[in-house]
This record gives sequence, structure tokens and C-alpha cells, in this order.
Amino acid sequence: MNFMASKQPENSLLGPEADSQRTLYPYVTGTSVVALKYKDGILMAADMGGSYGSTLRYKNVERMKAIGKHSLLGASGEISDFQEILRYLDDLILYDNMWDDGNSLGPKEVHNYLTRVMYNRRNKFNPLWNSLVLGGIKNGQKYLGTVSMIGVNFEDDHVATGFGNHLARPILRQEWHENLSFEDGVKLLEKCMRVLLYRDRSAINKLQIAKITEEGMTISQPYSLKTYWEFSAFENPTQGAVGSW
Amino acid sequence: MFRNQYDTDVTTWSPAGRLFQVEYAMEAVKQGSAAIGLRSKTHIVLGCVNKANSELSSHQKKIFKVDDHIGVAIAGLTADGRVLSRYMRNECINYSFTYESPLPVGRLVVQLADKAQVCTQRSWKRPYGVGLLVAGLDESGAHLYYNCPSGNYFEYQAFAIGSRSQAAKTYLERKFENFTDASRDDLVKDALMAIRETLQGETLKSSVCTIAVVGVGEPFHILDQGTVQQMIDAFEIVGEQEGPDAAAGQEASAEPEQGAGAGEGVAPMDI
Repeated sequence: MNFMASKQPENSLLGPEADSQRTLYPYVTGTSVVALKYKDGILMAADMGGSYGSTLRYKNVERMKAIGKHSLLGASGEISDFQEILRYLDDLILYDNMWDDGNSLGPKEVHNYLTRVMYNRRNKFNPLWNSLVLGGIKNGQKYLGTVSMIGVNFEDDHVATGFGNHLARPILRQEWHENLSFEDGVKLLEKCMRVLLYRDRSAINKLQIAKITEEGMTISQPYSLKTYWEFSAFENPTQGAVGSW
Repeated sequence: MFRNQYDTDVTTWSPAGRLFQVEYAMEAVKQGSAAIGLRSKTHIVLGCVNKANSELSSHQKKIFKVDDHIGVAIAGLTADGRVLSRYMRNECINYSFTYESPLPVGRLVVQLADKAQVCTQRSWKRPYGVGLLVAGLDESGAHLYYNCPSGNYFEYQAFAIGSRSQAAKTYLERKFENFTDASRDDLVKDALMAIRETLQGETLKSSVCTIAVVGVGEPFHILDQGTVQQMIDAFEIVGEQEGPDAAAGQEASAEPEQGAGAGEGVAPMDI
């Protein structure tokens, strides 16, 4: 008995063929991004790692970029999707500049635009596999928000993605306050990034800190954090260990 | 005049390089009842004269809120004006939804102008027969624009369109230098005075005019009749004291008006 196999139309999202058309899993990923508001604007930190599964494959990935004159975007998750998002924003800013009329898209507008993009992709079951952090300052108003791959978005005085939510946010909740100086802000971010370096296996010890103020965006040269490994438990790992059977 | 040969089609040029259909569309604006607009650094006031077809009917709606920060007053074919207002509202809502931010009025005005231009270059369309005074706020402050059926737009400190708008324009030309720093209430008073000029002697009362205001910290809204009547009463008293000067001024401006009127024929009272 040969039943006619049911045929899907070419463009349906069902069936194995369709899976090649949409994102199922991420391949090259970036880990946490942490950001906070400080006196003059926003500070954001991210390491420069691009992991390929459990391999720490790429070590020179810039995961934070300036958007227009007023905003800074940091991304974790799939790096190729981040690059696609940068292309969308490039077009957006270009058209905004082409008006040449004294109006410009600020961080709030860019954040909401990204929310629309992420949410619409999620609704089509073809997400951009990123968690984004969008910060900026315009006309003295500081703005810091985040959007996830499913379109969840909100703003806050400090935000983080991925592991940063679990390891960095508690530190920020304790120690963040309004009008941090630049030095204190950097110290606080470094404290968060150090914890992430110790505890997140996809973190690498090569990070950048970006700041955005009314004057514009600057991003530091890559540098590494000092870490401490001189614990006796590491020097003599088997001391006091109970043998197996 | 000798312009009938090239005026059948909007896509036909005359030998003198004119598109007569577009110019005829601009005539339609001149036939509509007056609408005026004036702005200061922080506020814009729109006003219009309401003429009903008969005593039994209500008057046409000529001022539309487009968004909290943008409003428009129209003169000409009100049906075309309604359709364009709907377009403007749609654009504002879509922008607000995507960017959670108000659409800058300068950009809306350009989109509107481009939409009007399309109708001047398609053989199966006709130009919109309505002039729009667009009042709105954006990052750079308060703006007043005039959109033409031709697809042109201009920015103004103050302007008047529609029938007998020349009288209002003359008044505004005298006073406009004070507008930038004027208070909101003075601006409304000036708008009412400008409307009174277009009424040519008819009594100014709140039932024949509509006033709307938008400004920094004040979303676009149409003032209710009671408030408008109060403001009219407040300055009519002052107006009477200025009586002799105002009357002399009005007579001087009335004569050239009548001369122009005789040439064009009587302008209809209603839209």
C-alpha cells in the first residue's frame, strides 16, 4: 500500500527542509555584557571572546559598537546575528542622517526599534539569538535598556546579559548608586567582570570597557584583569581527598 | 484667460512651463473658509473660521489633532483634508509604536509633501484640493508649516490661507515680530484678532471660529467655546478703545480687498 506522502508547500515552516531557513541553535557566541549608568553617561563592559560551543575559539571579537551619535550597543549570543543587527542599525542611522534636519534617533528610539525587530523575529520562530544592551545619553538624559532574543525589554540603572544577570547584578544592586564617578564606575564593572571570569567558563581574560557621554563614545584598548589563584586547595588539590572505592 | 488648452491633464505642461491643474487645485484652497496659524518659540496656535452651509446644519471640522504634539488646520476640499489627516495620524502612530517617541513634525511635513507631489505626476490622479497648516513640536522647538497641493511646503512664523486670508495676513505682517517671545495667551489673542480681520465687520464670537493650541508641556487640543468666548470678551473691550484707529486701518485694507474681489467674482461663504 502506498499512501501519497503529504506534500508541504515550499514556504511552510513545518518539516525538516524548513529548518534550514531559521535559527535553531547558536554557533559562535559571546558571553555576558554588563553596563551601568554613571555621572556622565553609560559604562559598558564585555570580554572579547567568541566561543564555538565549549571551545574558546575567537579571542578578538568586539562585542560593543557605537550606534549613531548617542548610543552604544553591546551583545551576547550569536555573533553573526549581532553583525546582522549592526547592518540593520547602520541603515536606520543612515536614513536618519539623510533627513539632515536637526532631529536624530536617541538611545530610547534605537532600543524600541530593536525591541520591535527582536519580537517580530521571535514571532516568526526565527529569532536573532542575542541578548542586547543598549545605552546612551541624549540632551542630558541617560538611558540604559536591554532586549532579549524573545523580545523581553526593559530599562534600568544597571543591566547585564546571560551569566551577568546571576553574578554581576547582585553586586550592582548592593554597590551601585547615582552619580558614580568614572573611576568608581570602572572599578565596579571590573569587580563584576572578575567574578564572571572566575565563574563563567565561556569568559576569557581580555576585556574592553566602553563609555558613552554627550561628547561621544570611547572604547578602551583590550586589557586583562588581575586574578588570584594562590589558594592552597589549588596548589595541593589532592590533599585530604578521600580515595575512590 | 488663454490657458484652457493645456489644462485638461495634470501631466500636461503649458508652453510657459506651468501645470494648470495644480494651479487650479491651489485655487480651491483659496475658496475655502479661512484658517490661520501663528507660533512663538514654545507654542503654536491654529484658528479657523467656521461657516455652516445653512442655519440648520453644523459646520465642517477643519482642525484635526494628529498626535499629542501635532495638529493641522485645513482650507479647501475638507474631504481631501480628512483623508490626509488620517494619513498623518497613521504615520505618527506607526512611528510612536516603533520608536516610542513622537514623530518630528518636519519629517511628517516632508512625507505629506511627497505624497502630494505624486498626485501632480500621475495621469490617473488629481492633486489634493486642500491646503494644510501643520503645527507641531520637535527637538528644535515649535514649528508651523504650510503644505500646498503642489507638493511644496514652507515654514512660517505666521500664515493665513483660505478666503479673505489677505486681511489676516496683513494683520499678521504687522504683528509677527512680537510672536517669538509672546506668551501663550497673547498668541491666542493675536489669532482671534487675525480671524476677526477675515470676518470683515461680522461680529467675532466663539460660534464662528475654532481655536487650537499646542506647546511645550501642552498637548494639542481644541479650546472649548466657553474659553474662547471669554478671551474674545476680554479683548473686545480693549478693541473698542482702539476703535477709531482700528476702523481707519480696516477701511484702508477693505478697499484693496473689494477691488480684488470684483475681479475674481464673489467668493462663496461656505467651503
